[in-house]
Amino acid sequence: MDAESARLCTELPDYFSILPNRSGRQFVFESLSDKLQAVFSQLASHGKLSEADVNAALREVRLALLEADVNFKVVKDFVGRIKERAIGVEVMDSLTPAQQVVKIVNDELINLLGKPAPLNLSGQPPTVIMLVGLQGAGKTTMAGKLALRLRKQGQRPLLVAADVYRPAAIQQLEILGKQIDIPVYSEGTDVSPATIARNAIRVAKEKAHTVVILDTAGRLQIDDAMMQELEQVRLVARPADILLVVDAMTGQEAVHVAEGFHARVPTTGLIMTKIDGDARGGAALSIREVTGVPIKFLGTSEKLDGLEPFQPDRMASRILGMGDILTLIERAQENITEEDAAAMEERLASGQFDFEDFLDQLRQLKRLGSITDLLKMIPGMNQMAKDVDPQEATKNLKMVEAIISSMTVHERQNPHVLNGSRRRRIATGSGTTVNDVNQLVKQFKDMQKMMKQMGVMGGNRKKKRGRKGGRREGAGMFGGGNLMDMFGGR
Amino acid sequence: MFRRLFGKQEEKTQDELLLEESLQKTRGGVLGRIGTIFQANEITDELWDELEETLIMADVGMETTAELVEKTRSRVERDGIKATADAYLILKREMVNLLKADEPLQIEQPRILTVVLVVGVNGSGKTTTIGKLAYRYKQRGKKVVLAAGDTFRAAAIEQLQVWGKRAGVDVIAQAPGSDPAAVLFDAMRASQESRKAEILIVDTAGRLQNKFNLMQELEKMRRVAARQVHAAPHETLLVLDASTGQNAILQAKGFQETAGVTGIVLTKLDGTAKGGAVLSIKKVLGVPVRFVGSGEKIGDLAEFDPVAFVEGLVGE
Repeated sequence: MDAESARLCTELPDYFSILPNRSGRQFVFESLSDKLQAVFSQLASHGKLSEADVNAALREVRLALLEADVNFKVVKDFVGRIKERAIGVEVMDSLTPAQQVVKIVNDELINLLGKPAPLNLSGQPPTVIMLVGLQGAGKTTMAGKLALRLRKQGQRPLLVAADVYRPAAIQQLEILGKQIDIPVYSEGTDVSPATIARNAIRVAKEKAHTVVILDTAGRLQIDDAMMQELEQVRLVARPADILLVVDAMTGQEAVHVAEGFHARVPTTGLIMTKIDGDARGGAALSIREVTGVPIKFLGTSEKLDGLEPFQPDRMASRILGMGDILTLIERAQENITEEDAAAMEERLASGQFDFEDFLDQLRQLKRLGSITDLLKMIPGMNQMAKDVDPQEATKNLKMVEAIISSMTVHERQNPHVLNGSRRRRIATGSGTTVNDVNQLVKQFKDMQKMMKQMGVMGGNRKKKRGRKGGRREGAGMFGGGNLMDMFGGR
Repeated sequence: MFRRLFGKQEEKTQDELLLEESLQKTRGGVLGRIGTIFQANEITDELWDELEETLIMADVGMETTAELVEKTRSRVERDGIKATADAYLILKREMVNLLKADEPLQIEQPRILTVVLVVGVNGSGKTTTIGKLAYRYKQRGKKVVLAAGDTFRAAAIEQLQVWGKRAGVDVIAQAPGSDPAAVLFDAMRASQESRKAEILIVDTAGRLQNKFNLMQELEKMRRVAARQVHAAPHETLLVLDASTGQNAILQAKGFQETAGVTGIVLTKLDGTAKGGAVLSIKKVLGVPVRFVGSGEKIGDLAEFDPVAFVEGLVGE
């Protein structure tokens, strides 16, 4: 943690410098990270901090947390703890007070978010995982995501449709199961969920499934009859994990929901869904604080691979606007093979970067997710992500791909042969104009030049990110400036 | 007494009763505390602090809370009001004023075909709400048709078909994965020609308001609707989960910008969540709440009445 904080502190000025000046216009803040960034950029300009400064900052922190839907009482405690640590020697004597406050807030946030926790898979198989939550939280989709993830880890999951109330809930799970080729156990809607669970576990044993995932119906925590049903399912299924699925957009009520479920069926973990929206997700902090249950996963898209293990330091960094470079790297590692990266790195270093490589990179990039998503994960790019028109960017990417696809292999490997008539042919073939082709070729040449320079610098280039990210970074993606050009940033 | 203040009749309509019933639980919750706060003998600084805290915990939001408290407080001080009961009345009045719709609902206006587009984030309760709306207008003697515009989510079409059967109305659907705008086009055609429908209610896939492409899809659906029937869609209802926090405002804003939201349906009000965020939505965007949903049964939908809502929320 200390190394982490040190890194955090030394890199702070970079993040501040990308913030526009606050004076002059009213900001419409869109996330907690933005708010805290603004708070701390103000602090940074002050130099030394007085107690009044700390109070001003904490007022902003309090407001930001409340608007992030963190529960009122949790905010009170949190701000209290920060204040205790911020006012006094530690901050007053510090050479960089702003950085010190950021560190304290960051530490406390990580502390509050708790340690990451895996699924409890150690018991005698089949291990039972039960998903519970309010209506519309995303339980059924999450069941599919967990199954897919567990199978990737070598498990043999069985999905169980125990939602007998919502129209077509069973069909939904069956369709998801078919999409990922994982069997779904169901008995229609006339059987009690407890019976379904019991039978499903028996079937799982017979067919040597290692994990059973129970999708239960959404219910209100105050609906006594429905909660009783959940207790019965729990008694029958004896789940190793009872995961509460919570929508990231949930407001102050999150606390009561979590307490209500936890009191009837002791939950072992929390899953936060729809985190790819622009909700600030303060509910995660609240629930964590009142139940003490660890946050296990985040649902990050409607696609079935949109599931990420929860990482408190990353989440805290995200909240503090430090980006989420680690998630980006991890995603890259999942989607780009080691050999691909190594080969690419070699080509880059030797300066032989042609249109084939360019197309490769483009396609790799596309596999990582949407452009705005990517930008948001890069520290300091969060602000910029807002200035990129995603439609424009996607269109540009498509156009670039079309143009390169209309080139012959010879042309891709030897861009210098691209004369006027070839360019005309490529433009016609790709449904673009000669001007578009010209522009791409020019951008490509600029990039080639830049890559060569990077290759020369390669050896003694400072590895700023630390951790395992350094090498991959060298392996590619586009340089920052070019990236913005390509994606039509303003 | 409060009801008389707004020129309301004493008898409560079916809708009001339903709304009140669903808010019973809420009353026991945090906002119910407002009534308790105003049972104090004196109007003190603590009373205002407590009020502020209570409103924030009902997801009303910082800005709207501050404004509500400030308005009530200045009225109380200006008029030299001493009784807490009177101060309470002023607060309720401010809240009702904040929630009152400026224009009537468009659904039952006479026209060739009324098109209602239903939009919202994933899991807010769109399909269920459509089932209830269909049932409601069928009961009122209208010929209703539903369009299965959520062609993305697994089994969404089947879900709507179940609701269609329950409500006794036709559902026009295509295969999963087809273009929702094409589904809408066909449904509008069929509604006008073979089915002779008066109201067409269109389901859409859940989408987060920050997903640009998905929001563009809604814009396209609107264009298609407008080309076929004058001024369609006549109502675009945003379905909002009552447990949503401050993101509700971003949702309303996002959907208003691209889908031209004209009203809110506040769902899952039978839980302990209060949906206090709608106060801010009306204030910031001028979008009124039109209906409230309060259960999984087909009749669990009521037309929104600000007076009943506020009374249910803070107690009479």
